[in-house]
Amino acid sequence: MVSRKGSGDMNQNTKRILRIQVNGRWREDAVADNQLLLDYLREQLYLTGTKRGCDGGECGACTVLVDGRPRLACCTFAVAVEGCHVETIESQSQDGRLSPLQQAFHEKLGAQCGFCTPGMVMAAEGLLRRNPHPTEAEIREALGGNLCRCTGYVKIVESVQAACGAEKNADEKMEERA
Amino acid sequence: MQALQTLSIQKPETVAQAIALHRAGESRYLAGGTDLVPNLRRNIQKAQTLIDVSGLAELRGIHAGEQSLRIGAGVTLESLCEDATVRARAPLLAKAASLVAGPTHRICATVGGNLMQDTRCYFYNQSDWWRTTNEYCMKCEGDTCRVAPKSERCYACYSGDLAPALLALGAEADIAGPTGARREPIAALFADDGMRHLKLAPGDLLISIDVPLEAGWTADYEKLRIRGAIDFPLAGIAVALKRDGDRIAGLRVACTGLNSYPGLVSGLDALIGQKPDEAFHAALDKAVRKEIQPMASTLVAAGYRRRVAAGLARRLVERLYAAAA
Repeated sequence: MVSRKGSGDMNQNTKRILRIQVNGRWREDAVADNQLLLDYLREQLYLTGTKRGCDGGECGACTVLVDGRPRLACCTFAVAVEGCHVETIESQSQDGRLSPLQQAFHEKLGAQCGFCTPGMVMAAEGLLRRNPHPTEAEIREALGGNLCRCTGYVKIVESVQAACGAEKNADEKMEERA
Repeated sequence: MQALQTLSIQKPETVAQAIALHRAGESRYLAGGTDLVPNLRRNIQKAQTLIDVSGLAELRGIHAGEQSLRIGAGVTLESLCEDATVRARAPLLAKAASLVAGPTHRICATVGGNLMQDTRCYFYNQSDWWRTTNEYCMKCEGDTCRVAPKSERCYACYSGDLAPALLALGAEADIAGPTGARREPIAALFADDGMRHLKLAPGDLLISIDVPLEAGWTADYEKLRIRGAIDFPLAGIAVALKRDGDRIAGLRVACTGLNSYPGLVSGLDALIGQKPDEAFHAALDKAVRKEIQPMASTLVAAGYRRRVAAGLARRLVERLYAAAA
């Protein structure tokens, strides 16, 4: 069945009902075809944790997870993720408790101004689900598309390592050697 | 960036439906959207309807035959990088794909989208207000090329990473369109014109790429970019080489980021059968420099990109020649 919605009056944004799972909850919303996932999340659902950075796919601040994989919400139409599970930074903490990644970013000073942090955390979350014990090189590769203008990359990588227990393993190795 | 223009998105279920939905001047095909969506936001590409081809089964899958590899146009760059068959039998493609943009782009960006991406220029890939203050440019709403003001043509630069790799491998493209299906060499898809760099008719849709698997060839790709983790090539060179004893029995060099089209370096026939000595490299250097025409379409000096292109070609030939010993 081919959708021919909007083939009539082009001066109006056509809307359709979008069925989508956001942070674990199914919902249905009327969404215009030209609405980007970023605008849908921020302006319709008020999930403003996902940031609008460069707005052109260059900085990664808008990174969310779509079916568990990182996606740039500023380059994705909302209707393109119909039926998918979208996870934003707001899904990280549960019952007021920080997620391991959030806790690690907090403890290891992974956030400076904090604007890139939601994207960094979600990109890291996408990595850790596929690869629970990444090497430093794999972490740097996975966060390659995320820009931090405070340039706090070392602390960010350390935060991700701490979150996946890599640092603990390193400490244990040191103890073993001692 | 400004709000998106009014548009509708259609989701056909077959290639035939997608082509039937296409209206010249109104429609564009949408897959990963990593190239198209920012351009729509910047109002430099326009569409009233987007035809979402990301769900089409005909565009999916990587199939390995005895002699060739068929790669669907809808295969994501991440799948191409990670596919065991591609890595084993066409490692050049996996490497070129791994150097495209950042990891998050590669999850949704497709082979077809990367190959058919718009040309880029410092004066073009800017927001509407930026371009307003610079009186626009020939490629979009203006009448003068800001890179070469006396020029009659646009010098926006083709910046895809897969194209040079596919050219070096001698790949062909399967295209479906309103007039039927056809197969063309990759080089035949492109023209030396920044505004109309694709030789495709309205409604034409890239279905798949056919990559011949030739025994005895080795190949590699390198690119120059500002951000090592995520950026378009300022100069990209792919080399495919066949060594026979201490001589070079076959050589193909392709470039990107240096012209309005991805091109195969011509005039290399005279180098076949030679040893890669200084005279060989001098001739290769000359041939590469003759093929390319980097302009001031990026913030990196054209002369530097020219020197890097020649240097990359030499480096790759030397490395592949040594590795094939």
